[in-house]
Amino acid sequence: MKKFINEKDDFIIDSLKGFARAHEDSVDLSLDPIFLTRKEINPKKVLLISGGGSGHEPLHTGFIGKGMLDVACPGHVFTSPTPDQMIAAIEHCQPESGVLFIVKNYSGDVMNFEMASEMIDFDHQTILTNDDAAVINSSYTTGRRGVAGTVIVEKVVGSLAELGGNLIACKNLGDKVNLHSSSIGVALSSCTIPAAGKPTFDIGNDEIEFGVGIHGEPGRKREKIKQAHLIVNDMVSAILNDFEEKSLNLRDSNGILLLVNGFAGTPLSELYLIYNAVAEKLKEKKIHISRSMVGNYTTSLDMAGASITICLLDDEIKKHWDSPVNTPNLRWDNENV
Amino acid sequence: MRNDSIIKCIDSVAQCFIDSEDEIESLDRAIGDGDHYINIKRGSFALQAIKSDLKGLPIPDTFKKIGMNLMSSIGGASGPLFASFFIAFSKHIEDRESLQNFSLAFSHGVESIMQRGKAKLGDKTMLDVLIPVSEKLRSLTDAGCEIKEIIKQIDLVAKDGVLSTKELIPTKGRAAGLADRAIGHIDPGAKTCQLIISTVCDELK
Repeated sequence: MKKFINEKDDFIIDSLKGFARAHEDSVDLSLDPIFLTRKEINPKKVLLISGGGSGHEPLHTGFIGKGMLDVACPGHVFTSPTPDQMIAAIEHCQPESGVLFIVKNYSGDVMNFEMASEMIDFDHQTILTNDDAAVINSSYTTGRRGVAGTVIVEKVVGSLAELGGNLIACKNLGDKVNLHSSSIGVALSSCTIPAAGKPTFDIGNDEIEFGVGIHGEPGRKREKIKQAHLIVNDMVSAILNDFEEKSLNLRDSNGILLLVNGFAGTPLSELYLIYNAVAEKLKEKKIHISRSMVGNYTTSLDMAGASITICLLDDEIKKHWDSPVNTPNLRWDNENV
Repeated sequence: MRNDSIIKCIDSVAQCFIDSEDEIESLDRAIGDGDHYINIKRGSFALQAIKSDLKGLPIPDTFKKIGMNLMSSIGGASGPLFASFFIAFSKHIEDRESLQNFSLAFSHGVESIMQRGKAKLGDKTMLDVLIPVSEKLRSLTDAGCEIKEIIKQIDLVAKDGVLSTKELIPTKGRAAGLADRAIGHIDPGAKTCQLIISTVCDELK
């Protein structure tokens, strides 16, 4: 393992301190227990709190700010944060319009957030994101995993909360965005948890893991590497099938939001190459891309690979996607909205 | 069971985890995501760090503190599950507990894990160790078995439970995505529970 690291056990804390210093104008870091909040807390709005294992940066810490999250609780690498972190963060913010938990659907995250929600005296709701189309037999297992679609949920719900939407409205919009989003990932390499020091899984030099999760969980199949457009074909097919199963029509006039997300070990040039292949495929299918985003938004430590997320837009989702956002890692100012 | 023997168990379990690092890690890398050992080690170190606070506490309070400490130190899926066990256990254990009372508290602990994790026997989880252990504990204490024999049998049941996970298909947690690719692998969470139970059995012998 070759990494920028001081002491293994200090990896997360050292990184968070750097994050807080780099964004000291907008974000506050609390160390015991660990949570991050906006510098200026507005107790009148619905408090949006997310969190999860570290290693997926900029998710979730990088999305704290106006128009998106109020609080993020990072856990250890790939390990859910603990209830005391969420409880302390909520008590620090003293929200008057309720608390909305945005939780990726993993057993650990679900249980820790559930324990926190049982222990607070504030109105609360939870959005569980599960946009990963790779997990097929969902009724049998814990269910689909929450992956890069979570960023879209956080952005869109963040906008509504900022504009004064109430707890239930925010929860319902989040559920809708989640339903409207499907993702699929492919890994070219494994990833190494700093404290473990060894790659999470073994993968041959000529192999890819199709349908990989953001913790290096196995996906649908292991196969030989092939040309990018062929890999993309399989990925897009998996997503289109998923929308078909959800009975959602992607040829809707509002079009889609296309997110090509890197897992951090793949250069932007390759992500754009993927984008090009996806766009070509969608054009064939007469699916209109009306919004797009390319970059590392939901990463998997140092894994090489990428995921594709398609979110079916409607007027409401589009409006809240376009609205201004000001966070360390997502920022735009759209005056027309 | 006395307060100081609980503290002794905390040390032996922590040592046992350190001795079993390679085994737990390789199980977890096969069907998990490679962080299980790190998390339980963090939990066991966190408990060692509060040993002086535990000293002299009544038995129920000792276990409650253990549960709350694990809740805020482990994280992941193991954290809430271990925490739920000890918090439920602490609500039912009496300060001067009998074997019957211990067995009852244990079954409430296991029940609480089932509720929190929404899992049952055969899901390839820690419950494949804990449920058989809980049932054995109950039948042996009901039969008025003596403690030495109970300890011996519980240890065996725990070890059988771990082996039983090998052929199961996971439906909960990170391994669930693997489905039948996980057949042939022992569940790391079940292994951890067996190690704890076997270590405590050794300590109480």
